[in-house]
Amino acid sequence: MTSSLFFNITTIAYFAAMVVFIVYMTSRNNQAIGFGATLICWAGFIANTLAIGLRWKEAYALGFEQAPLSNLYESVVFFSWSILLIYLIFDLKYKQRAIGAFVIPFAFAGMIWAQWGLDATIQPLVPALQSNWLTYHVITCFIGYAAFALACGVSIMYLIKIGKEEKSAEESPIGGMLGMFPSTKILDDLNYKAIMLGFPMLTIGIITGAAWANYAWGTYWSWDPKETWSLIVWFVYAAFLHARFTRGWVGRRAAWLSIIGFAATIFCYLGVNLVLSGLHSYGGS
Amino acid sequence: MSKEQSFTDQLWDFFCSLKLAIVTLILLALTSIIGTVIQQNLDPQEYMQKYGMSESTYKALDALQFFDMYHSWWFLSLMGLFAVNLICCSFKRLPRIIKLVSEPVLTADDGLFRTFSNRDELVASGTLESVRDKASALLGKKFATPVVTEQDGKIHLFAQKGAYSRFSVYVTHSSILIIFLGAMIGNVWGYKAYINIVEGKSINQVWPRAGKEPIQLDFEVRCDNFEVTFYPGGGRPKLFSSDLVVLENGQEVLKKTIIVNDPLNYKGLTFYQSSYGPAGDPSYRFLVKNRETGVTVEVSGPQGKPLPLPDGASLIPMGYAPDYQNFGPAAQVSISTVAQQRGTPFIVFKNYPQLDEKRKGDYVITLLNADQSYYTGLQVAKDPGVWVVWLGCLLMVLGSMGAFFLSHRRLWVVIQPLDKGIGVKFGGAAHRNQPAFTLFFDELKKDLNDALAS
Repeated sequence: MTSSLFFNITTIAYFAAMVVFIVYMTSRNNQAIGFGATLICWAGFIANTLAIGLRWKEAYALGFEQAPLSNLYESVVFFSWSILLIYLIFDLKYKQRAIGAFVIPFAFAGMIWAQWGLDATIQPLVPALQSNWLTYHVITCFIGYAAFALACGVSIMYLIKIGKEEKSAEESPIGGMLGMFPSTKILDDLNYKAIMLGFPMLTIGIITGAAWANYAWGTYWSWDPKETWSLIVWFVYAAFLHARFTRGWVGRRAAWLSIIGFAATIFCYLGVNLVLSGLHSYGGS
Repeated sequence: MSKEQSFTDQLWDFFCSLKLAIVTLILLALTSIIGTVIQQNLDPQEYMQKYGMSESTYKALDALQFFDMYHSWWFLSLMGLFAVNLICCSFKRLPRIIKLVSEPVLTADDGLFRTFSNRDELVASGTLESVRDKASALLGKKFATPVVTEQDGKIHLFAQKGAYSRFSVYVTHSSILIIFLGAMIGNVWGYKAYINIVEGKSINQVWPRAGKEPIQLDFEVRCDNFEVTFYPGGGRPKLFSSDLVVLENGQEVLKKTIIVNDPLNYKGLTFYQSSYGPAGDPSYRFLVKNRETGVTVEVSGPQGKPLPLPDGASLIPMGYAPDYQNFGPAAQVSISTVAQQRGTPFIVFKNYPQLDEKRKGDYVITLLNADQSYYTGLQVAKDPGVWVVWLGCLLMVLGSMGAFFLSHRRLWVVIQPLDKGIGVKFGGAAHRNQPAFTLFFDELKKDLNDALAS
């Protein structure tokens, strides 16, 4: 029983869940299929959890006392785990099964990239990362990122649906796959709810990062590209939250802000490490 | 006069507006990108080499302060505008919110009732007083103790929960201003500096990053020892550590071994492990065996100085590597004889003494020890504003949690005599998370019906 076995199971489960969700979308509301997709999600999530736990144990067995959040590979599989966590919480709470078709692909993309493209060897932490702050910082950031991923998926659904709705306003209600989408009102609300969860998490993530930087380097803020991009993401979602209260900024524009916000999030998470240089550049190696 | 008035009103409304907030946030996000694409605070030559800039491009971008953009006049102005917007909108809305919390509307008329998302009515039996008491008791048990007002033969009940959550938005807003304040305090009264301390030496001044004059400290810091350890099998560093001692008037007052992520604090200054390097040349100890005579001697001395051997020749230590190509400590040496000054240099190892046997030279040399002393590079920071920043951060977390997850819920009940029985009208609203309130309201509706309906 090794972590890599469970990571393989996770990837397969997320792929299967994605396919079954798409089948569900074309099924004219077959609840059994939807339930099946959710069950596969749970199975994948449990495998993902076990895999991360085993990897933790494997690192200790090698003599490295570190949480499995030490390099790009580990952070990407943790990102997938966080997306599932947030998705499953939203599924339990709001029971909008169809959004899985637009959220699980993010988790699957993460897993497949980690497994095919990234170095999975367990490496010891460099001195700069040997701190408990690492765990707090990474967990809060990733819960935030995952909530934004869900918000982005929901916003894409919103834009697809509202486009069709406006075109066929006079005709009969929308059937087929779009008929399976939650109403635009619910999608808009889920978008807001996800960002309402993600924003405070990102805020705490930035603050724990600043606290750690101050503890380790003596400056809580140095306009390093990673810090700056996290602030850019924060600005975008702050604009989103205020747009909710302004006429002319709800609906379409809010959905676009959410998508742009997630694009900025992904750039903050990956782009900065892979394209730019700075304090977090070890993440790219 | 009235025209001027309307202009200031317009200006005020502009600075208070939510649109300004959204536009400022988006502008801050967009402009912040510049400094992540163009590396900040490099030398002019570096910019021209790294980005292939012509001198005129460099000058133009420099005039726009793109090379230190986060401290440029336009970025700071944008931040200032953001702060002004926050202050104005708070001043505009806060009085209304204070009034709403401290002087709630106790009696709801029909007009107000129509604005509630949740409302219902029922006909109760009994007297006005008995219905009042039952309704009050129920509200007190299920929600909050109501305020009872009697007016024009009607009885009004008002109950609320979470009124203070209305302030959480303003807590969040002011937290940003507090963080700005902390940053300013740090900029004015704090500094960032660095020092290098050679093992065994002590210092009493630090060099600020910006500025040429050292800053005098009223205490001394001594570094007793610096150490770097590596993970086995490769050059990945595992730990950097410095044994530091703080001295006041020559007396040791504090001792601490600092590592990355665990600095030393003293008198508002923090010393962080940041870098290290060799301090001066190492000194060496060798075992030298004359292959012909078999005579073995131990010689020692500093780098560069010829160490005389008994037969008139001498050994010159020339260089040291703590880990030469993964073979461990090694020294570069050369031999001077009467016939040949400074022969071809060669490498000898500490961990592989037998290797030099194979060199087939006149001497077999073993490196016994090389004592390299290091300096430890420390960052020194003084930031009296940092606690203000942390206070702002704490308020921001609490404020945003409150703003997103708490809600102000209010309930009104009007009890009035009808032709037949007592009419009870009730309604309410939550300023956030309305669906959850609807669930609660439906529950309450059932309870009120059970308790009161005839």
